[in-house]
Amino acid sequence: MTATAIRPGRVENDGEVKPRRGRKPVLTQRERRGLRLSRALVWPALAAAITITQIPFLVTIYYSFQQWNLLRPGDQKFVWFDNYATVLTNGAFLSSLLATVVIVGFSVLVSLVFGMVLALLLDRKFVGQGFARTLLITPFLMMPAAASLIWKWSMLDSNVGMVNWLFSLVGINPVAWNTDVPILTIIIVLTWQYTPFMMLILLAGLQSQPSDVLEAASVDGAGPIRTFFSMTLPHMRQYMELSILLGTILLLQVFDPIAIMTRGTGGTKTLSYLLYERAFVGLEIGEAAAYGVLTVILTIIVAMVALRSLFKIFKKEGMS
Amino acid sequence: MTKSNLRGRRWLSLAAVVSAGVMLAGCSGAGGGAGGGGGDTVTLTLATVNNPQMKDMEQLKGKFEESHPDIKVKFIQMEENDLRDAVTKDVATKGGQYDIVTVGSYEVPIWGQNEWLTNLNDYTTKDADYDVDDILKPVRQALTVDDNLFAVPFYGESSFLMYNKQILADAGLEVPEHPTWQQVADMARQVNNDDHAGICLRGKPGWGELFAPLTTVVQTFGGNWFDEDWNATVDSPEFTKAVQFYTDLVKDAGESDPVSFGFTECLNLFSQGKAAFWYDATSAAGSLESEDLSEVAGNVGYVHAPTVETEESGWLWSWNLAIPETSKKKDAAWEFVSWATSKDYMKLVGEELGWSRVPPGSRASTYEIPEYKEAAGAFAGITKDVMLAVNPTQPGVNPQPWVGIQYVTIPEFQDLGNQVSQSIADVFAGRSSVEDALSDGQKLAEKAGEAQKE
Repeated sequence: MTATAIRPGRVENDGEVKPRRGRKPVLTQRERRGLRLSRALVWPALAAAITITQIPFLVTIYYSFQQWNLLRPGDQKFVWFDNYATVLTNGAFLSSLLATVVIVGFSVLVSLVFGMVLALLLDRKFVGQGFARTLLITPFLMMPAAASLIWKWSMLDSNVGMVNWLFSLVGINPVAWNTDVPILTIIIVLTWQYTPFMMLILLAGLQSQPSDVLEAASVDGAGPIRTFFSMTLPHMRQYMELSILLGTILLLQVFDPIAIMTRGTGGTKTLSYLLYERAFVGLEIGEAAAYGVLTVILTIIVAMVALRSLFKIFKKEGMS
Repeated sequence: MTKSNLRGRRWLSLAAVVSAGVMLAGCSGAGGGAGGGGGDTVTLTLATVNNPQMKDMEQLKGKFEESHPDIKVKFIQMEENDLRDAVTKDVATKGGQYDIVTVGSYEVPIWGQNEWLTNLNDYTTKDADYDVDDILKPVRQALTVDDNLFAVPFYGESSFLMYNKQILADAGLEVPEHPTWQQVADMARQVNNDDHAGICLRGKPGWGELFAPLTTVVQTFGGNWFDEDWNATVDSPEFTKAVQFYTDLVKDAGESDPVSFGFTECLNLFSQGKAAFWYDATSAAGSLESEDLSEVAGNVGYVHAPTVETEESGWLWSWNLAIPETSKKKDAAWEFVSWATSKDYMKLVGEELGWSRVPPGSRASTYEIPEYKEAAGAFAGITKDVMLAVNPTQPGVNPQPWVGIQYVTIPEFQDLGNQVSQSIADVFAGRSSVEDALSDGQKLAEKAGEAQKE
């Protein structure tokens, strides 16, 4: 695109006069037709989006009122809220909610801390900065299943895992990761994978810090620690909140490390894994649908609370 | 934007539309062909698991198509769990997507009863060459409901005890041909050290992982999931004793991280020479005896599954070919099914791909082939012996109301086995006792049992 193309009011090659900036655009017949066409073209996409997202949800609600095990074809009937009663009373839902909160909460917080440390390190100039950044981002770009397999076999395996090998060098007995500390195992893998994500957002925040403020701070005699807590951290607040929100949304659906490493044992049965088990191991369509509906409701509540508090921050920032 | 640029864009979008159209036309053309509309050619769609033996079958399907010019076979290969999902959905909702499906021996009786699978009796009686009596009897029993055969085995397996000859010889121990679990446990504890585990036993949760070996132990200890009238017996003394024995043995002499260990993990451990004993599927032997995959090739002893109260304790599993009721090409489907499970097919695999790759455990005649006997000498004989010795109608001490070893042939079992196995993972970790784990399991089993009584 040439530089002249953005100058308003110039005569186009095809002879039409474009409106000047600031005036109400006067549309020619042809342009209006074009606009109508482009609006009409949006409709199929919108209809498709509604069909794809909403109809399955309605069907899920319908299924949640059914007693239906896929392997018992003749035994399908409408049972109103029976599935919801089962789901809420058998204890699996609450314990799985707890597992989700623990795993997601700790993983997000620990990755945030590590992400901040790495972002601070990457924010300074040094030789090989670009290379270091690429290396640090890699874990986030890896497929979750692949990452889980690497941790399961190369890192945490009790015979050939590197972590246990390192432990043996300093005389610590090998740890049976999946057996003895399943929750920690999952949190380690998730932290490893999501730290780069936090780091990226926080790095963007650090780099948007006005340098004159930092200079002024150093002129006033503030040391690096004082500068960090008094200037950088308040500036970073919205970036941290954004990374917590996005990290939580991403981690709520965590599935791969649990399926590959712990199989939902020892308090690692998160909602998404529970849902998978009900639907594909139990083949209980009705029950799985009820779990699904409850999970959606819960996620909407969490997202609403989180978004509202986030918007509040944005508004405050905007006003100040 | 210049005019020539604009024209370029238009050309580009026109080209895009045209090529999309061409692609769509191509698709519909291919779809039409697959529907079997063109002439007399029938195209069969086969869903199968991506195990080596099935990949060999796909490689050899050209031979079938040569001798049956009017039939084409399209293979869809999936991982075991995906296959189970896809095929269950298709037959349960009468989708009719597949003409031939690969199903495990757990599903066949349930699906047969649901009238999802074609009764193969008519075909096998008409087709004398097929020699249905040559199929190993316990396998055939597991695939039969009320004298109706709903699937034929592609390959089958049992379980046996494998041991590292070197380790046992160094310790001066000899493993009997028919060991008891107590003997095995004593020896495993004796040879267990920092360098290698005494025994590898699966501890990874899952109905097919942990409970494949553990149910056989429970059954030989005299316990079972249900009694003859579908009353749950998960918290019975025998069941408890067996699980206690199993978890104690793993804690004392087993692998260090049992909840991580399933079939694959034990295979790795044992083939690296890092376990003295391993009780698992007979199909493991093929990999253990391969020089490329295993450090213990030629150094492995095979004996019958350890027992306590019963004569034999091996399990029984087979991957089978069946024809869904919804298929509209049943006759052609049988042509392929009977070819892939025939005596001649076994020879074809041996001649074309190598004798060690012959699908094991389905036909007695396979074990008469001299080349196969030689190639699989270390384990073929005992595999056949165990498979013929087990009794799927009563694997335990007491009669059971279902046919099958290591699993209960009811729809709820996947779920039940899975949940109880997760509780047992807590026992390995010392977070829970066997009694607590099994009393939770008892409640689930009671619910599943009630569903059978209705």
